[in-house]
Amino acid sequence: MTVKVLNPGLSTTVQDLGRPGYFHLGIPVGGAMDNLALRAANLLVGNDEGAACLEAVFVGPELEFTADALVAVTGAEMPVRIDGEEQPSWTALKVKAGQVLGFGFLKTGARIYIAVSGGIDVPEALGSRSTYPIGALGGFKGRAIAKGDELPVGAGAAAREGRSLPQPLRRSPGMPAELRVLPGLYWHRIVEASHRSFFEDTWKVAPEADRMGYRFRGGTPMKFVERQQPFGAGSDPSNIVDSCYPYGSVQIPGGTEPIILHRDAVSGGGYFMVGTVVSADMDLIGQLQPNTPTRFVKVDMAGALQARADRAALLDRIREALH
Amino acid sequence: MNRYTFGGDEHLFVECDESMSLEAFFKSLSMTTAIRESRIAGVTEICPANASFQVKFDPDVIAPDDILREVKAIERDAEKSDPVIGTRIVEIPVFYQDPWTHETLMRFRDRHQDPASTDLEYAARINNFAGVDDFVAAHSGSPWFVSMVGFVAGLPFMYQMVDRPRQLQVPKYLRPRTDTPKLTVGYGGCFTAIYSVRGAGGYQMFGITPMPIYDPTQTTSYLRDFMVFFRPGDIVKFKPVGRDEYDATVADVEAGRFAPRMRDVTFDLRDFSKDMDGYNRSLEDKLNDR
Repeated sequence: MTVKVLNPGLSTTVQDLGRPGYFHLGIPVGGAMDNLALRAANLLVGNDEGAACLEAVFVGPELEFTADALVAVTGAEMPVRIDGEEQPSWTALKVKAGQVLGFGFLKTGARIYIAVSGGIDVPEALGSRSTYPIGALGGFKGRAIAKGDELPVGAGAAAREGRSLPQPLRRSPGMPAELRVLPGLYWHRIVEASHRSFFEDTWKVAPEADRMGYRFRGGTPMKFVERQQPFGAGSDPSNIVDSCYPYGSVQIPGGTEPIILHRDAVSGGGYFMVGTVVSADMDLIGQLQPNTPTRFVKVDMAGALQARADRAALLDRIREALH
Repeated sequence: MNRYTFGGDEHLFVECDESMSLEAFFKSLSMTTAIRESRIAGVTEICPANASFQVKFDPDVIAPDDILREVKAIERDAEKSDPVIGTRIVEIPVFYQDPWTHETLMRFRDRHQDPASTDLEYAARINNFAGVDDFVAAHSGSPWFVSMVGFVAGLPFMYQMVDRPRQLQVPKYLRPRTDTPKLTVGYGGCFTAIYSVRGAGGYQMFGITPMPIYDPTQTTSYLRDFMVFFRPGDIVKFKPVGRDEYDATVADVEAGRFAPRMRDVTFDLRDFSKDMDGYNRSLEDKLNDR
């Protein structure tokens, strides 16, 4: 069967759990920005957790189904409609051949995940169906979906319609959003006062926020420890000799606006980084809208690993609930 | 001594030196090779960079303290081993002062340090060359180490194999451009790069190569096995070409007839350091079967 794109939304891409292993060649892991939401959507329709879904940011697509299917929409809060009739999100829904899945206006969060029983069956590229548009790699023809596209869907397992993920198992950022950060990398490049202000200030998500990175503004500019710039680093105090960038690393070009690199990160560059968002909180970033007030919360490695364990425990509860 | 720091709970970040040098790059390259060969359980990605590197790991398989201990042990071993690697030398044709990067640089003059001259004229002047031809002779005269592949898919950063006083240095644009032609040969700081895809960029633009280096469709004859051409540690020699040879090479690539000229070589940092120009000539001789 296929799903026909009547309206693609703003930027809707095929994503799964990504393609680890090629970052040393500049090809990022990619995959769902809100990894937990993608897994939940797949489990709801009886797919493998890592099956390919559609990730839509801010505006939902309009999709016509050529055969009966089970679908689930998770992630951001956005009204789900089948032939115009509102349906619950985080729930396995039956769509009949010829029906249209559409969406209302975004309420909270930023990205929805649309799972279809059988998964979006585009060819794998380097072991993943995720779309990496800059490299024209993976997904549907290496790009965001467009009007008129017919997306192939695999054969679905027999899952029950009507199953729903209980509310407490749906993770979303608070208000203000809190992102846990392990200081490190080039943290020593800024002065003590900046160490404090980075964590004490409330920042706001800037409009420049996408799968590559999220920019924040509104906090106190960083003050640098004075030094003679090393050979090859460039003249600005925020410059370093181009290095690798960890996923989740927080760079601050010119010391003014922090940028957190996400799943489609550039793999390296010449800006210093103050630390890294813990792996457990990467999902939350994918659900931040521009202007969301955000606090960075300082953790040590033990705190980072505890956050990771808590997220793994939540995933286990999601699996049990949808078993 | 390396500086070790964690990038969150999944990355160990290792800085070999704050400053760029062939020694720092060589340490990064040899350590990442040793880490790859040691097959530590839980290591998922190993990324060498210019003077640093990064190891991605799964903390559910190996605890952060344990990966730190393993990599530090590899540093101790690396200090004892010979600074020798097996690699390849590749000839990359470059059409310097081509019409496409020229058209692009003229569009973005307002973002440049010196709007009245071209990127190459500016680079030649601030590096005290008499003119563009002398600068191009220096850029294409000595080979380059691919010190990092990344930023975006398949983009090589290269550091020239000459001593520090002869390193070319050119700042990036004051404000990045929103466009750079695909396969532009660019320059920023002490690095030259080849833009693997069209897109934004801040490096000065010197020319263009007819040789694709990234092909996600894997239809280019020499990219059928893998879509990315460069690997960290490759040695590159630029060959200046004119319009006719550029056009002929583009046609050869499209017809599936083009094969990059390359030879396997061994690189020994000690011999290189004793006589850089002589060593580079011997590498070039191997490239040209002399």
